Amino acid sequence: MMVDRTLLARRRAFTKLGAQSAVWRLDAVLLVAVASLCVIGTLLVWSSTRTWAPGSTGLVKKHMLNLAIGAALCSAVAMVDHRLMRAYAPLVYVLSLLGLVVVLTPLGSTINGSHSWITLGGGFAFQPSEFAKLGLVLMLAMLLAQPAEGTDRPRMLDVLFALMASGLAMALVMLQPDLGTTLVMAVITVGALAIAGIRRRYLLLLGLIAVAGAVAVWYFELLEPYQIARLTAFLDPTHDPRGVGYNSTQSMIAIGSGGLFGKGLFDGGQTTGRFVPEQHTDFIFTVAGEEFGFLGSVTVVALLAVVLVRGLQIARQCEDRFGTLVAGSIVCWLAFQTFENIGMTVGIMPITGLPLPFVSYGGTSTFANLIAIGLLQAIRIREQSFH
Amino acid sequence: MNRMRTRLVVLHVMVLTLLAALAVRLWQVQVMRGQEFVSAAAETRTRDVVVPAVRGQILDAAGRPLVRNRTALVVSVDRNEIAKDRSVLTRLASVLGRPVKTLEKRIRPCGPGVTRPCWPGSPYQPIPIDEKVTTREALTILERQEEFPGVTAEVQAVRQYPNGRAAAQLLGYLQPVTQEELDRREGLKSGFSGVDLVGRDGLEATYDEALRGAPGLRKIQVDRLGKVIGIEQQVAPTTGDTLITSIDARIQAFTERAVHGAMKRAPRADGAAGVVLDARTGRVVAMASAPGYDPAVWTGGISEREYQQLLSDKAGKPLVSRAIKGEFAPGSTFKVSSVAAMLRSGYPINGHYGCPGAFMVGDRPFHNFRGIPLGTLTMHTALVKSCDTIFYKASYEQWIKDGGLHPKKTPKERFANTARAFGFGSPTGIDVPGESAGRIPDRDWKKDLWAQTSADNCKASRTGYPGVKNRTKAAFLKRLAYENCVEGYLLRPGDAANFSIGQGDVLVTPLQLARAYVALVGDGRLRSPRVGWALVRPDGTQVKKIEVPVVGKLPINAKERAYIKNALSQVASDGTAAGAFSGFPMDQVKIGGKTGTAEVYGKADTSWFASFAPTSKPKYVVVVMVSQGGMGGQSAAPAVREIYEGIYGIKNQQPIKPVSRLPQIARDGTVRR
Repeated sequence: MMVDRTLLARRRAFTKLGAQSAVWRLDAVLLVAVASLCVIGTLLVWSSTRTWAPGSTGLVKKHMLNLAIGAALCSAVAMVDHRLMRAYAPLVYVLSLLGLVVVLTPLGSTINGSHSWITLGGGFAFQPSEFAKLGLVLMLAMLLAQPAEGTDRPRMLDVLFALMASGLAMALVMLQPDLGTTLVMAVITVGALAIAGIRRRYLLLLGLIAVAGAVAVWYFELLEPYQIARLTAFLDPTHDPRGVGYNSTQSMIAIGSGGLFGKGLFDGGQTTGRFVPEQHTDFIFTVAGEEFGFLGSVTVVALLAVVLVRGLQIARQCEDRFGTLVAGSIVCWLAFQTFENIGMTVGIMPITGLPLPFVSYGGTSTFANLIAIGLLQAIRIREQSFH
Repeated sequence: MNRMRTRLVVLHVMVLTLLAALAVRLWQVQVMRGQEFVSAAAETRTRDVVVPAVRGQILDAAGRPLVRNRTALVVSVDRNEIAKDRSVLTRLASVLGRPVKTLEKRIRPCGPGVTRPCWPGSPYQPIPIDEKVTTREALTILERQEEFPGVTAEVQAVRQYPNGRAAAQLLGYLQPVTQEELDRREGLKSGFSGVDLVGRDGLEATYDEALRGAPGLRKIQVDRLGKVIGIEQQVAPTTGDTLITSIDARIQAFTERAVHGAMKRAPRADGAAGVVLDARTGRVVAMASAPGYDPAVWTGGISEREYQQLLSDKAGKPLVSRAIKGEFAPGSTFKVSSVAAMLRSGYPINGHYGCPGAFMVGDRPFHNFRGIPLGTLTMHTALVKSCDTIFYKASYEQWIKDGGLHPKKTPKERFANTARAFGFGSPTGIDVPGESAGRIPDRDWKKDLWAQTSADNCKASRTGYPGVKNRTKAAFLKRLAYENCVEGYLLRPGDAANFSIGQGDVLVTPLQLARAYVALVGDGRLRSPRVGWALVRPDGTQVKKIEVPVVGKLPINAKERAYIKNALSQVASDGTAAGAFSGFPMDQVKIGGKTGTAEVYGKADTSWFASFAPTSKPKYVVVVMVSQGGMGGQSAAPAVREIYEGIYGIKNQQPIKPVSRLPQIARDGTVRR
């Protein structure tokens, strides 16, 4: 009852201040950083698709359409009170699980070895696992928001529920199989639990379980040989440079040959020659590396750092646990995806199919990422209005 | 909330650490190791393609093409690429409208147990699999490169022979370069080209380097699929030099016709050769060998059937040029050497010599042709009428002088050494590979032969020849084996006698005989004949004139040469070739020469005619040999007559003017005659 009353009070306060002034409470730095990344991403998509995709501009138009839809979704989400979202969290979670189930039925289709897509026709496809990340973020935040009586740690039962919720989602994603998204979900889960304040020994235990799980996967050969090969190829790409090491080798060559200043937009020979597979999606960063050089690629990293730091700030400034948890989990998600994606292109992380947030081509991931930014903005707006 | 904040700070630090790690790694990859990746990128992005140079033409003395190039659309495959995906070949087969099996056969490497069609070249070269591709087929392949990885279609120069079979053995042929040859060639190892062919025989082989030119190098940019997206750097190829030969295509044609006709007319003939040399220079004007073949079979990969056909005895081994590789006993044509040997042994040039029907060499009579006695003759008449016994006697006397069966330590061996001075017994050094040396059976040769064969002969002399059905023949062979076993190292009197008339173990090639006659009717100098006359750039600038080297001198003086030439000048009108030349307008052009009829054990006689014309100031030396053609006047002399009729326009066509100056090639490649 307590909660409901404060909620109503805040709602009234929001109404009083008016929707217009909400725009002024947006995190402008975050917005500019994300917009910059989107613009850079558009250029890179253009460069990497213009040589082969039909039309002179490659997939740029479609990418911009995706960005526009994403921006609309972002704005819409930003308008919503995130505490209202807490109420809808279970619904979002269940819907996203449904999506994951549907993808496993004959309605789903296989692209690049993963049965992760629902084809919508007209060249559009939908990837439910991207939305499942959002669903999981909201669900975990909802479960862990209420601390145990008299402490600032979550209740054990809630922790167990949280583990079950993420376990279920991860299991469904693993059936596709989509190792990258599974890992993202694992990181989100651990991050949410850590931020929620569970004891360090439990975190340690979770880590041990993860290691044990990895060993078990290895031992019982739960992964396909190609997955293991892909995961380990980065350790020694020269082992099989034409096979699994090919992506790694070629992406290093593309990035490395960019040097300090890069070869200039559209002038990257490795990009033009399409030596790096999946270059407009998972390996988009190689285009930045080759054509914009070290300065350009570090700029991309810096912009992503700005996004993450602003996200963390929003999480810190948020007065309620739910908002903090949502913002923190989103940061964990985007941080891991950034590190893994760029890391694999420069040979320090294994290769898994994860897009670079805000930069890679791909509708669903763009939507999900921008909705996440919308959530961050929503949390900030509500927080600002409260003070 | 404080605990959450602390945890968020930890998260903050972690995130920044990870991103900093990325930045450090980027610095490493892009700045510190940048150069390394720049070169790696260049390596993956560019391919060096050797652009083959257009091979130089081979022209005749008037600038008419003997071998030229035509352009053809050629489809080649990279075997290493094809091996990755067999379905490419299936698709290719359907585009080209050929069975997959055929294509598969053409790309497998030749080797033991692999019959043609197969690929005899380097495994790292693209293999041409179809030379007769339509533009449409080529476009299909080029436009759908992703379906045809490792397959290319390009315009290439392909050899063309406008004169068909003429001089096929002389011109030679091309074959793909083998890996060993490629390795030996500097600077070409990494490169490859679809038409890296090497001259394998004839002029194509001798002048291979000049004809080949210098290949160009093209650095092309390719994408991941190997599709060309641009050219980074290009060094244009240099077309090969044009080889101007002293061959006259028209005389060559007459020679071909005469030689093939002679072979056809003689019922048992199994081969024939004709050589026409320029009597003043020693250059080759025409050279034909029958049976022949069409050199176009080599273009575009020869089939096993065609290849075996070329090598088979049944087809008469048409690859072998009998003009330079065929070794035959020269018969009486050899007597020019024997006369010279007699003169050097002190027999007077104006002497009179008895020509009985038979001469006793030791205890065995050696007969004239058909045993007919010709009375007392001068050397002149002895040559015209082709008396044998005079030469038997002289040679036998010299043999005795050398010590007979118990030879001196340094026998003079007049007849053998004179023959050597005439150029017999060693290759002429003509600019065509694979020449035979012939054979001068002197005392040393006998010793060597005995050392090699005595074991077998001695065994056969004991066991006899049980395999031979004919009893008389078996007995003869057994006696021969016994003789050879016991005294095979000795030059017997009969050997010496036979040698003097070009019979027995002496062997010469038609070319050797022709150049000996060139020296005889010319300036007395022995030359190494040349087919190549000059190498010029395609724009006409001369690279090199090919001289005819003088390699020796006949051991007789000008007077003696003139005497012999005079004698030979009567052969065609009054001598052994009179029948063959009856009705020939000798007043228009007088032909001189010498017939030869060489007996071959178990076969029909080898027919020879060695000739020159005009007798006063010879311009041509023509030699025709018909293996198993019978008597010299029977098949060889008529063939020679046919050639002269062609040269001098006896039968209504224009006489052919001998070419003495190199044809002028204009800048644009056209020939001014």
